[in-house]
Amino acid sequence: MTTADMIDIRDLRVRFGTVEAVKGVSFAVARGASFGVVGESGSGKSTVLRALSGLNPAWTGHMEIAGQTLTRQRSRDFYRRVQMVFQDPYGSLHPRQTVDRALSEPLVVHGIGDIEARIVRGLAEVALPPTIRFRYPHQLSGGQRQRVAIARALMAEPEVLLLDEPTSALDVSVQAEVLNLLSDIQARRGLTYVMVSHNLAVVAHLCAMVGVMQGGEMVEMISADDLRAGRTKHPHTTELRTLSTELEEA
Amino acid sequence: MDVIIRNLRIAFPTPQGESLAVRDVSMHIGTEKLGIVGESGSGKSLTARSILRLLPHNARITADELSFDGIDIQRASERQMRAIRGRRAGLIMQDPKYSLNPVMTAGQQIAEAWRAHRPNGARASHREALQAAEDLLAQVQIRDPKRVAGAYPHELSGGMGQRVMIAMMLAPDPEVLIADEPTSALDATVQAEILRLLEDLVSRRGMALILISHDLPLVSHFCDRVAVMYAGRVVEELQAGELARATHPYTRGLLDCLPTLSHQKLRLPVLVRDPAWSA
Repeated sequence: MTTADMIDIRDLRVRFGTVEAVKGVSFAVARGASFGVVGESGSGKSTVLRALSGLNPAWTGHMEIAGQTLTRQRSRDFYRRVQMVFQDPYGSLHPRQTVDRALSEPLVVHGIGDIEARIVRGLAEVALPPTIRFRYPHQLSGGQRQRVAIARALMAEPEVLLLDEPTSALDVSVQAEVLNLLSDIQARRGLTYVMVSHNLAVVAHLCAMVGVMQGGEMVEMISADDLRAGRTKHPHTTELRTLSTELEEA
Repeated sequence: MDVIIRNLRIAFPTPQGESLAVRDVSMHIGTEKLGIVGESGSGKSLTARSILRLLPHNARITADELSFDGIDIQRASERQMRAIRGRRAGLIMQDPKYSLNPVMTAGQQIAEAWRAHRPNGARASHREALQAAEDLLAQVQIRDPKRVAGAYPHELSGGMGQRVMIAMMLAPDPEVLIADEPTSALDATVQAEILRLLEDLVSRRGMALILISHDLPLVSHFCDRVAVMYAGRVVEELQAGELARATHPYTRGLLDCLPTLSHQKLRLPVLVRDPAWSA
């Protein structure tokens, strides 16, 4: 690993009972870069993300963020620096809390002051109108909800954003808006992204490097350019790419 | 068998007056594969479900004509509707996790549909019905139909669950299949398998298929004809092969905003909605 790497994972293994869901996955992500993980359900892609985020303590191997080795118990500082956005904006916002409450919570937890100004700025950053601040999640559209989830993740000024299928519950037109928003935020804040998705085109759009997972193993690491040009090595990558391009040519 | 929809309007009462969810939609569906594409709220599901009269209670439906094989759906009795629902027109929904009964095995559920809708089905023995269920599971290309017939929904993967749903809908041997986002909850690889299976079954049995989705390229891959809906209206109708020749700015926008592998886009074009589209 070089000092420029923000995330370094070596030989990560995760076990659920007798099933080994992740079988020795290694990858590194440079500071300010994006890494994509693709695979089918059950391939272990989300499990990698959950182990990295601290949601699953049952892992072995070596994980580092910004040069600091991660343990099972994470510090409060870790949870400020690493934030996560989930697939389903319906499920990840508290139905009885307003947007204001959802956005102020990370600030309170991490003892960050200046709440008022930060919420106003946070909403503006994800291009939501200020009027939305005192609404409840059910009063928002799916795209607006996902923007709130992204704004909440940005509240504590993280360095790493973990994105678990951030657009697969959205309409394609809204997906385009959210993907553009994610690239803008990355350019502005120099964030490091790890994005998990089953949609190869979406991952290749946002991430310069892509890891393909199958049956708990990362079977290939490929640059988005090589993927576009069809320079795949593993048959599973080739299969996923063929499926994706076949539909585009319809 | 023909489904004819002429000037269908579906409205919902709100405190601010009536809100029109479907505005003057007309469609003629024969024995073919029709795709209905649009975003959430475009009225695509409402339009398809109106054929089965499966709409929320407060929906107000008006149409110059709404008929299923000559039966006037607006005036049909509940008894007549029951003879259509399930038996002559099947509905496959998005997520098998929520539409299968969690406390019945897959085989029992398919057998139930078979007994309820087949002539003399109710008089058939349990063994016969279960055998029919296993045959249907084999038809949806499940390799081990005996094991799957005995499995509960939580023991099945998403793709398997959706195959069970399709088998159940095929049990009464319907003339029309309405598939409402049948693969949105599934992986890309499984998605293609399920759609290929549907396409194959529909062509082989001479059924009509109405496929509802928000994924335009996907739908046009598996259908003969595509209707694009926006804000309750059909804004464009295309032969599936003519997608590249779409002229409506909304259809073009839907195609352009997809990230693709074939050409890199630094920034995805965003749909700019013209108020004139829904005027």
